[in-house]
Amino acid sequence: MNLAGGTARLDRWARNIVPVVITLFLVFIGVAPIPVPYYAVVAPSLPLMAVYYWVVLRPDLMPRTAVFAIGVVHDALTGVPLGVSALVLLLAHAILSSQRRFLVGKSFWVFWLGFVMLAPAAGALTWLLMTLLRGALVAPDATLFNVLMTIAVFPLLAWLLFHMQRALVGQES
Amino acid sequence: MNRGSGSTVVGLALPIKIWAQRFAFLLLIVTAFTLMLLSKAETVLIEQSRTAIVDSVAPVLTVLSQPAQSISNTIEEVNGLFLLHADNARLKRENELLLGWQNEARRLQLELTALRSQMNIVPDPIPRAIGARVIADSAGTFVHSMLVNAGSQERLVRGQAAVTVDGLVGRIAAVGRRSARILLLTDLNSRVPVVVESTGDRAILAGNNSGRPELLHLPRNAPVTPGDRILTSGHGGVFPPGLAVGIVAEIGEAGISVQPLVDYGRLAYVQVLDYGPEGILPAPDKTVPAAPVGPAPAGTAPSDTAPAVEGAPIVEVTPDETVRPTAAAAVVGAVQ
Repeated sequence: MNLAGGTARLDRWARNIVPVVITLFLVFIGVAPIPVPYYAVVAPSLPLMAVYYWVVLRPDLMPRTAVFAIGVVHDALTGVPLGVSALVLLLAHAILSSQRRFLVGKSFWVFWLGFVMLAPAAGALTWLLMTLLRGALVAPDATLFNVLMTIAVFPLLAWLLFHMQRALVGQES
Repeated sequence: MNRGSGSTVVGLALPIKIWAQRFAFLLLIVTAFTLMLLSKAETVLIEQSRTAIVDSVAPVLTVLSQPAQSISNTIEEVNGLFLLHADNARLKRENELLLGWQNEARRLQLELTALRSQMNIVPDPIPRAIGARVIADSAGTFVHSMLVNAGSQERLVRGQAAVTVDGLVGRIAAVGRRSARILLLTDLNSRVPVVVESTGDRAILAGNNSGRPELLHLPRNAPVTPGDRILTSGHGGVFPPGLAVGIVAEIGEAGISVQPLVDYGRLAYVQVLDYGPEGILPAPDKTVPAAPVGPAPAGTAPSDTAPAVEGAPIVEVTPDETVRPTAAAAVVGAVQ
């Protein structure tokens, strides 16, 4: 193997792990202590947005094992039972993989609409799992705020991810 | 995933590939459920994996939490500039008042020391405070906890109390090597034995995942009014007594809600109270070894020497009173 070939391969490998690394980074950003009152209560679910974005636009670079691992790390950091986010993200991955043909190549509004349908379902499932696992009814209002915040922030994050994709990752071949 | 490229694969390979993918998906789903159930049962293995994950990303979280903190500091500094005059006047007034309190506290301290030495009371152990920075805040929808960048290498132990100058933050729920999780007072699983400062009535402060935990098991007809301060009672041996916890906010049909004194939204640093290996309870095994010095207090001693002998071993465990053990031993020696 010559040097140029090796460098090119390394370059492609580095570009291919960008989606997973960014999503993992968003998990860390999501738990960072932002000194704004009540921020933590309504903090948007950044990993869900990133998983949605990459599974729709570059499914080859967001395999379900990575989604599972990201979910487990998210659970470990936020203190919820391990597996909750992993399951929610896995199911989101499964639904998106089968439905992405309706979303790819459409306008941004359709892309957002897809997320508007996914986010409440993910929120409701998380709420249901937490209620079952904690053995007590978790107040649903915080989940509702969280879902609304997630939907509202999605265009901004999608814009950022779009630019990152254009600069670092590229389109699906 | 690879449906497009799958068409080039010959004959049988495609169905096998699809089946393998479905199997992998099912396997991951089953794994997720298993993890959940094991987490629910609080298995040691799961807890260890969780702390291992947190430990490994703690340095990243520490770095990430710094910009957020410095932005907040800058905002507060700019705010502070505008309030400089008003703050100065207020602080001068407060200082005068506090100097008065300081004199009073010194007088009471002397009186307390004198009274304690007469009564052979075991003084509360003095804790060592370990400072730690908040590196992750998940006081969110489902779990109210925070991660700090100190762990077992800083001698943090599960169960220790985390405080700020304002009051109690919560207790250490899990400890890794260089990180630890604090369960906040507001979490659904948090239960803290407390007293109402004005009346001394005992109760349990129970978190409910809202910003205001509730007072439970307060004696019937106990007089509580909004604004009453709530302190830890020290019962149960988890928290030291007398830590400020919160203020009674609202008394309604649904119960009594308490506003924690700590502002969780702005929490950047906490102090973890370390009471040494024995915790806040005086270790029973340490009170016993001194017994051979004098007659055992179980009735074998002559009745007039018993109080001094009983007092002696208990006093020996207290670190801050180095004079009295020798005095007590002298009494024992004199009697023998």
